[in-house]
Amino acid sequence: METVKNFDHVDQIIDAHQGEASSLIQIMLDIQAENHWLPQEALARISKRLAVPLTRVQHIATFYKAFSLVPKGRHQIHVCMGTACHVRGAPRVLDTVEDLTGIQPGETDADLKFSLETVNCLGCCALGPVIEIDGKTHGNVTTARTEDVLKSYK
Amino acid sequence: MPRLSTVEELTEFRQELVATREANRPCVAICAGAGCLASGASEVIAAFKAELAAQGLEAEIDTRGTGCPGFCERGPVVVLHPEGICYLQVKPDDVPEIVAQSLKGSKVVERLLYADPATGERAIHESDIPFYQHQERTLLSSNILIDSRSIDDYLAIGGYTALVKALFEMGPEAVLEEVKQSTLRGRGGAGFPAGRKWEGSRNAPDTPRYVLVNADEGDPGAFMDRALLEGNPHAVLEGLMIGGFTIGAQEGYIYVRQEYPLAVKNVLHAITQAEAYGLLGQDILGSGFDFTIKVHKGAGAFVCGESTALMTALEGRVGEPRPKYVRSNIKGLWGKPTVLNNVETWANVPHIVNRGADWFTRTGTEHSKGTKIFSLVGKIRNTGLVEVPMGMPLQDIIYDIGGGIPGGKKFKAVQTGGPSGGCLPEEMLHLEVGFDELTAAGSMMGSGGMIVMDEDNCMVDVARYFINFLTEESCGKCLPCREGLRQMHRILTRICEGNGRAGDIDTLEELSEVLTEASLCGLGQSAANPFISTLRYFRAEYEAHIEQKRCPALACKGLISYWIDPEKCKACLICMKRCPSQGIEGGKKQIHVIDQEKCDRCGVCFEVCPEKFSAVVKLSGEPVPESLPMAERTLVRGSGK
Amino acid sequence: MSDIHLQIDGKEVHVTEGMTVLEAAQQARIAIPTLCYHETLEPYGGCRLCIVEVEVNGWSRLVVSCVYPAAAGLIVRTRSAQIDRIRKTLLEMLLAHAPDSPVLQELAAEYGAQRDRFAQEASFCIHCGLCVRYCAEVKQAHAVGFIDRGIRKEISFIPEIAARECHDCKECFPLCPTSYVQAAYVLVEALVALR
Repeated sequence: METVKNFDHVDQIIDAHQGEASSLIQIMLDIQAENHWLPQEALARISKRLAVPLTRVQHIATFYKAFSLVPKGRHQIHVCMGTACHVRGAPRVLDTVEDLTGIQPGETDADLKFSLETVNCLGCCALGPVIEIDGKTHGNVTTARTEDVLKSYK
Repeated sequence: MPRLSTVEELTEFRQELVATREANRPCVAICAGAGCLASGASEVIAAFKAELAAQGLEAEIDTRGTGCPGFCERGPVVVLHPEGICYLQVKPDDVPEIVAQSLKGSKVVERLLYADPATGERAIHESDIPFYQHQERTLLSSNILIDSRSIDDYLAIGGYTALVKALFEMGPEAVLEEVKQSTLRGRGGAGFPAGRKWEGSRNAPDTPRYVLVNADEGDPGAFMDRALLEGNPHAVLEGLMIGGFTIGAQEGYIYVRQEYPLAVKNVLHAITQAEAYGLLGQDILGSGFDFTIKVHKGAGAFVCGESTALMTALEGRVGEPRPKYVRSNIKGLWGKPTVLNNVETWANVPHIVNRGADWFTRTGTEHSKGTKIFSLVGKIRNTGLVEVPMGMPLQDIIYDIGGGIPGGKKFKAVQTGGPSGGCLPEEMLHLEVGFDELTAAGSMMGSGGMIVMDEDNCMVDVARYFINFLTEESCGKCLPCREGLRQMHRILTRICEGNGRAGDIDTLEELSEVLTEASLCGLGQSAANPFISTLRYFRAEYEAHIEQKRCPALACKGLISYWIDPEKCKACLICMKRCPSQGIEGGKKQIHVIDQEKCDRCGVCFEVCPEKFSAVVKLSGEPVPESLPMAERTLVRGSGK
Repeated sequence: MSDIHLQIDGKEVHVTEGMTVLEAAQQARIAIPTLCYHETLEPYGGCRLCIVEVEVNGWSRLVVSCVYPAAAGLIVRTRSAQIDRIRKTLLEMLLAHAPDSPVLQELAAEYGAQRDRFAQEASFCIHCGLCVRYCAEVKQAHAVGFIDRGIRKEISFIPEIAARECHDCKECFPLCPTSYVQAAYVLVEALVALR
């Protein structure tokens, strides 16, 4: 949904959690997963239906890294910055990704092609440095290989 | 799916399972943990299924995707049962040969076996591989035996016998006593005695009570809990149920980080199966004990691994910790008595119930009993998960199990305890792993991350990395952590960029005191540890950065220069083509020269220069030599130039 | 309600159960500096300035007095070389945000805190949370809240609610030690007017 025209999807997810305020984060995760971002209107709807202050909903939407208040690109790039990947050179890989895509972590490029995030550990430390794109893990990425990996995504 | 309403029904069902599964029935077990899946394990599993079907063998030989056995460096890992032949780094193309040689025939495929790096000698069985031999795999050994999505597999290896024993033979007081006697200490980081925590909740007058699994596993580089939860979810459920029974809780929660989608999937599936079998729900096996388990996903916040922040997140709020002057086992979730323990702690419980505290205390040091799973990662040959008895010396873990440092590099430090821990140098390698031992040395056990570093890692950069991580993850509620980390991060970044000033170390030490003494929660209270421990053992590196503007490890971008040695350059053009800044001058017979103005210090030239030339050199703390004048840059063949 | 006897800076203090060490000190007219404390609000434990040393059974530790429960036999020290050192650094970190705040300047003078020890920060907000908490707990209007975390955390007015509630209220203004909330409100008022 570009902007929310109706709240059916949001309401369905809230109902699936029995409208419980303590499930607020779980509800927002489900909406984020389905919609890829949280429009302002969705936050207001959640606040109303669960009877929790909008300030609390907004704080949650901005406090936790899983949520995005802006639309994301077609391809999600996650660069692992965990300690094991770090000691194997992840910062250089990140620099290269930033140079090639023109965006910083947390941003989406103007064509809505790539969104870039750093993640703290994907648990694939034997393959470090690791980049995950659209759920697919690319291991043993070097600065030299990064360009090849990114080129394969249209 | 049968609903089991009594112990007798469960026992009978288990016996049937065991009877229909011949001990010697051939089975191909392929690790289906997240790491091996990332290396192509699902294609290998599919290849086996296809090949066995093509050979008409699918009725005789099972194919099973299993939990993570830990040898992640060599995944995908395949074990053939019943022989126990272990093949490593298996690709789909290898599968027809394996089927032909080892399943239809009785030969081994040598090139896929483990080879000793020194002698080249091959190890055929899982049990012959040194990586496994030196471990004590109480918790991890089951993983390769079961399909993580099969409750029947878990029951067949004796799963849920501890629950039955607790419910029907022991009762809550006897279980509590056993856990207390075992002196099991929390495996999540703090190492608090689990029995004492449980007792506090059991005796608290308030109800209802809750038991929680902390599966947030936020320490970067640690993935033990992922392997346990993904690989053997029922073991964790069983431990949780026993804990709930002991303290008088009817509800359990598992808080899993959402970055582990496979673990979430597998544990939800396990809960559904347990409910269908009547092992969760009302009046479990006729015991009168009611228990349900819910799963909550994290939403990307390291601070939610802190126990009070986790509980606040479970209540549907931002993960801001609460002051701990009243312990959460008395006033925790919703202000009620709550026992929160780590995944690995819970996984130990069924073993302690089944085998007893005496068995458990036979392993370990005086104050740290049992085994610990470490994620051995970084600059190490055998990256993976290792389970060792407490008290094993660090050097045994790193060299005997880990295989030492690859690439002929020299060991520099081992980091334990995640962002709350510290770095230990070579002179501490004799240290026996244990809670108090690691803390006394200036590090800590933490959740079990063990990151090995070599001569190419800069310890000032390591401190900066952890402080940066914590600055991003701080909840921001309390002043010492929010602002103290801001200032420490700024200073350490300056130092790594070559702008260190006299007095920086003193300021960092003062800020460390404020963080340690005045922060609201464990994140802030331990945040200065990476700096304090690296300063303690590697002070000379800090001084070199600040006083000489030199990075001894040649790692900090702001303090190094790349230079091509004209004596070694063979004008092969490779670095020229790969330089992203087009910053290298030269040509077909013209030795290459890096334009220092354009150089970004990305390191690509260093990476791509052929090893036999090794012409690219990193310099630090010294000026780059003058470039040869153009006239002298012509490469003359055979001149040795 | 039982009677609790404790000692603060050598003085015998009698309080009732349920009181915090800070409340006990206030009752005995012993000054402990605070920034995020307000008698109408739940204790927050955010600024850490009220840190004190408590001794229980011979064991000493540092705790924040606004949250720590007063208990029988407690020996409390509100000043020490370490406490003063910590308060000085805490104030210096705050002065980087709001060097001209009268409240901060007064405390800085007492603890010898230097206003320019740390580089000037962009935002005056010192995250005492008084505005957010007052609006939530006392007014129950929830017109202003926090967003984000760590060094990116800030207060944020919700324009629609602020338009309704704040013009005739503004009770949070005098609570703000740095006048930041007034500045934030003026900005959101302008935004609402533009719509």
